[in-house]
Amino acid sequence: MNLKKLSMHPDLDCFAPASEAEKEYMVQMRPSSTFFKDGVKRLMKNKIAVISFFVIVIITLCSIILPMFWPYKYDQMLGVRPGRPVNSSYNNLAPFEYGEKELERMAEGEKIFPHIFGTDAQGRDYFIRVVYGARISLAVGFFASLIVLVIGLTVGSISGYCGGKVDIVIMRIVDIIYSLPDMLMVILLSTVLKEVLAPLIAGTVLEKLGVNMISLFIVFGLLYWVSMSRQIRGQILSLREQEYVLAAQATGARGKWIIMKHLLPNCISVVVISTALQIPSAIFTESYLSFLGLGVNAPMPSLGSLASDALNGMNSYPYRLVIPAIVISLIVLSLNLFGDGLRDAFDPKLNG
Amino acid sequence: MSEIRNETPLIEVRNLKEHFPIQVSGLKTKPLKAVDGVSFSIKRGETLGLVGESGCGKTTVGRTILNLYKPTSGEIIYDGKPIKTAADIKEFRKKATMVFQDPYSSLNPRMTVADIIGEPLDVHKLYKTKEERQARILELMDYVGLNSEHAARYAHEFSGGQRQRIGIARALAVNPEFIVCDEPVSALDVSIQAQVINMFQELQEKLGLTYLFIAHDLLVVRHISDRIAVMYLGKMVELADADEIYDHPMHPYSKSLLSSVPVPDPNIARANKRIILEGDIPSPLNAPSGCPFRTRCRYATDVCAQSMPEFKEVKPGHFCACHNLENVD
Ligand SMILES: Nc1ncnc2c1ncn2[C@@H]1O[C@H](COP(=O)(O)OP(=O)(O)O)[C@@H](O)[C@H]1O
Ligand code: SF4
Ligand SMILES: [Mg+2]
Repeated sequence: MNLKKLSMHPDLDCFAPASEAEKEYMVQMRPSSTFFKDGVKRLMKNKIAVISFFVIVIITLCSIILPMFWPYKYDQMLGVRPGRPVNSSYNNLAPFEYGEKELERMAEGEKIFPHIFGTDAQGRDYFIRVVYGARISLAVGFFASLIVLVIGLTVGSISGYCGGKVDIVIMRIVDIIYSLPDMLMVILLSTVLKEVLAPLIAGTVLEKLGVNMISLFIVFGLLYWVSMSRQIRGQILSLREQEYVLAAQATGARGKWIIMKHLLPNCISVVVISTALQIPSAIFTESYLSFLGLGVNAPMPSLGSLASDALNGMNSYPYRLVIPAIVISLIVLSLNLFGDGLRDAFDPKLNG
Repeated sequence: MSEIRNETPLIEVRNLKEHFPIQVSGLKTKPLKAVDGVSFSIKRGETLGLVGESGCGKTTVGRTILNLYKPTSGEIIYDGKPIKTAADIKEFRKKATMVFQDPYSSLNPRMTVADIIGEPLDVHKLYKTKEERQARILELMDYVGLNSEHAARYAHEFSGGQRQRIGIARALAVNPEFIVCDEPVSALDVSIQAQVINMFQELQEKLGLTYLFIAHDLLVVRHISDRIAVMYLGKMVELADADEIYDHPMHPYSKSLLSSVPVPDPNIARANKRIILEGDIPSPLNAPSGCPFRTRCRYATDVCAQSMPEFKEVKPGHFCACHNLENVD
């Protein structure tokens, strides 16, 4: 037997016809799995993306749920009680310190909910303000991205599908918007819109949201759709050249069928990924506008306006600047990492 | 090769031209003459093979016939009726379909096999109930030798050969009479090519199909074709019965093409002079004047540069476009 190994003769057994089982093995295919399942599987393998996802979920859930049963309100000045002089012992409390009345009640054996991050200069519980600020920032990020998505998707798919002159005109407009210095434009537009919009929305529900917020959304709608629309257009342009679109035309399918069945389903991953990456950029923009005083209206906090307010007392209370800054970074970082993970998992260019 | 049932052509193409506008600078465009005056006809039940170097316009001919590209000029007459209006085209789509060259990009990766094969049924609303649709899809899968268990799978799970079968099943869905097969096996493994070619022949016999069979590989076309047409740079240079063109090619270009086909018998191979084509195929954007082949032709004379040779019947059923046929040995 062992000698045979040295023999130069080919082993004839190797050339026996394949049995049915072997043939079956040869044609065996990958187990059935959809594009979506594959993507999720790849995403789950990416630890950083998974952790980021949980961070986002936890922050989002906290910012939604905590304000519901927290004993303090974001705009409640603890030292101010109707019919009594303002008690300034509540202002500028350090973390886990208590105001006068609270100390008295605790002496009587009552349990008082601690001010985890202390209070601000007006005696408002800082923790709930940060939580509320995160809620506002996330909401702004989400809705601004939604606006960007709707406009970008519509303009991009029209431009890509129609092609020709329509495409040229739209893309030149996109180029012009791209070439504007966007920070400057955002500030200018916010300032101008603030003046114009204020009388328009007076007395409506929108007023509560604040004229700054509305102008922020308009700015997003006007300026930030361009990169989304460019990506969608590129995607549609390349999909349009795919042979399966031609094959669908050869069967007699027309525009609507082709867009719904062939183009959009193949765009989904790009759409989801760029929306996911748009959210942190919107949050960031909102934060710095708030920081400049162009953000949310006064009692309402956002992470940016909290940081901006904290600047005044930076020497005495540095943590009031650090905390919102850390929360912004955490949100933006984990959204970005999660978006990158999504791209790696779902981008069709990477998985062939 | 199946029996050719009658003499009136199923499809006739007259002086078909397809010029793509190509942007040269700014807003200026120049026509790229991908197909420039091609005429032929195919009888019911017949297979016409179309060969030529890559880039000579074979795919464009196939797609233009099916009106996937709007013809620049020329006529397409199907079953005696010219295809012109949108209504004609809509009706035509139920009779003429296409099998694509690339089994990868021609199947939507987001659709299941059943949905891909069922798409023509959906588009033309060819069923009344879901069960009817499902039954028809399974029947089509059976025609092309796909396992019915594969219906719910995605195309990317299959090998090239199986994908091409899916593409063929899709082409058969509307019960067509005429199929343009655009190099349907050239992307497949050699070991699978023969199977797929045989399947095309079996389907033709079973369903009475007529093919325009585009190919690159001359052995493949000879095997399946009744007649063969040779294209060069958007023009048809020779057309004859399959055996005739193999045994007695006339056009210098056909001769050089055929001399490059490997022949199994060494004696014949030695007897065949290999004619090696020099130079590259010119770009269809700057095609030579007169005969398109003259830049690479050994027999070219002055007249070749001045006028395009007429595509005329040299022997019964044997067409050729060359000025100097008598000098070509
Ligand atoms: N949609 C198109 N737009 C512009 N040029 C095209 C288009 N399709 C094909 N061509 C050009 O037409 C010529 C013929 O192409 P094709 O028909 O694909 O050749 P073949 O199938 O014989 O390889 C090539 O030069 C190609 O670049
Ligand atoms: S016409 Fe002239 S150039 Fe063209 S193939 Fe004949 S001999 Fe050659
Ligand atoms: Mg081709």
